[in-house]
Amino acid sequence: MAAHAIFFYFFSIVAVISAIMVTVSKNTVHSVFFLILDFISISCLFIMIGAEFLGMIMLIVYVGAVAVLFLFVVMMLNVAQQQNQWFNSKENSGHIPIGLIISTIIFFELIIVVGGWKYKPELLSPNITKISDEISNTHSLGQILYTDYIHVFQISGMILLIAMIGAIVLTFRQREGVKTQSYLKQISRERSEGIEVLEVPSNKGVKIDD
Amino acid sequence: MEYINLVFEEVYKIFFLLVPVLVSVAMIVWLDRRVWAFVQKRQGPNVVGPFGLLQSLADALKYIFKEIIIPASSNKIIFILAPIITMTLALIAWAVIPFGENQVLANINVGILYIFAVSSLGVYGIIMGGWASNSKYPFLGSIRSAAQMVSYEVSIGIIIINVLLCVGSLNLSDIVLAQQNIWFIIPLFPMFVIFFISSLAETNRPPFDLPEAEAELVAGYQTEYSGMMYAMFWLGEYANILLMCALGSILFLGGWLSPVDLYPFNLIPGAVWLIFKILLLFFLFALVKAVVPRYRYDQLMRLGWKIFLPLSLTYVILTASYLFYFNLLPTI
Repeated sequence: MAAHAIFFYFFSIVAVISAIMVTVSKNTVHSVFFLILDFISISCLFIMIGAEFLGMIMLIVYVGAVAVLFLFVVMMLNVAQQQNQWFNSKENSGHIPIGLIISTIIFFELIIVVGGWKYKPELLSPNITKISDEISNTHSLGQILYTDYIHVFQISGMILLIAMIGAIVLTFRQREGVKTQSYLKQISRERSEGIEVLEVPSNKGVKIDD
Repeated sequence: MEYINLVFEEVYKIFFLLVPVLVSVAMIVWLDRRVWAFVQKRQGPNVVGPFGLLQSLADALKYIFKEIIIPASSNKIIFILAPIITMTLALIAWAVIPFGENQVLANINVGILYIFAVSSLGVYGIIMGGWASNSKYPFLGSIRSAAQMVSYEVSIGIIIINVLLCVGSLNLSDIVLAQQNIWFIIPLFPMFVIFFISSLAETNRPPFDLPEAEAELVAGYQTEYSGMMYAMFWLGEYANILLMCALGSILFLGGWLSPVDLYPFNLIPGAVWLIFKILLLFFLFALVKAVVPRYRYDQLMRLGWKIFLPLSLTYVILTASYLFYFNLLPTI
């Protein structure tokens, strides 16, 4: 059990420290890298409590896809101007008190919500966390996800689809004068249309492309 | 004391997995160059050692003794971390590859997800290297590479779902054992073709080597790297290629199973069969490199999103309906 505890504290400490570093570090790209470290250590924690499927999906979805998009956006900024100037410059410091007030409000709201939380009594007993050896984690997740919670599952899928369509509709604009290549036209070109053999009279030349 | 013994035992096992992998990576580079040369009627590396077998070792020695140059304007920590991450991620995925029944370092339930997660993390080595170099060519190369890897991962994921529908387990050994009657390459042949092409794109191999297209980008994200750090990128790349070949042979070619369950064939150990299948797939990789010209970037993206993704999604629906109709869906 000692090794288990050591690993648990290691991953939790890394998770907490990197979460702090996300907000503290001055370079925005470093922030994203700390965010990735945070995701990875949290998925390690998931795997440690036996939720291997959740841990791996967390790695694939958040680290493999979402954080890559974050990095894309952040890296487009100029590398020389990557310094986070909020704390240094005078004219922007007016935002700090407002941000502090809002975050304090959110913090207290969270405390109120979590403090009033009611757990099922059987969830609080320690033996509920025992994982069955016969049925794997993925199977048991699937068995409740596609039976008891099928409607919730389908609705969340629909919400994601609508969000995706909405994002495309909002950002897509038809631009004028864009030159596009038609693949069908390119691959269906025959040699007879591509090359033309001309008789060139000496000292006179021919006129093409008019 | 028990813990220390346990740790030593594991380290011993890891050592006996990693050293052959690294040696075979070096050999595979030689094989790649030889196949490439023979297709073009050249000799290829044939001077160092018998048939030039030691060429990779000589190259490695050269890289070790070269100076490591770190650009002054680069982000030093990330610049050094990038090749390390690429190499580590390419090697840790081998932990779940089964070389025979129970001959596997970590027989985890979600083996295939683990490989998928690790290969999706592989993009970070490239992004970090390209960004930290603080130079235009590496940056463009890494952006290209990231977009390419993310888009081809989607179709690889859906192809894996196809296989998983037939197996009913995420464990790699179970996937191999499910192919005892018929290898998945026969019912899922279109998916095997798409998987092969997607893994070419995933490992930045020609004809999809846009990230390091030497005509446009010098060497892409590797431009600023030299010496051992360049060699690590290079080793990681080839270890990834081998890993994709191993994944392809486990998913479609029956892993360690022998092609026919008859007397002289089933005496050969499973690991030999797996290695033979990996080499066969790698030979195809090398041939493709020699015979196909490079894609244009928009063609690459179109192939991934507009052709492979709809095709593999359709095949998932087809497979699922077939299995459901004939009541063949795997149960626990």
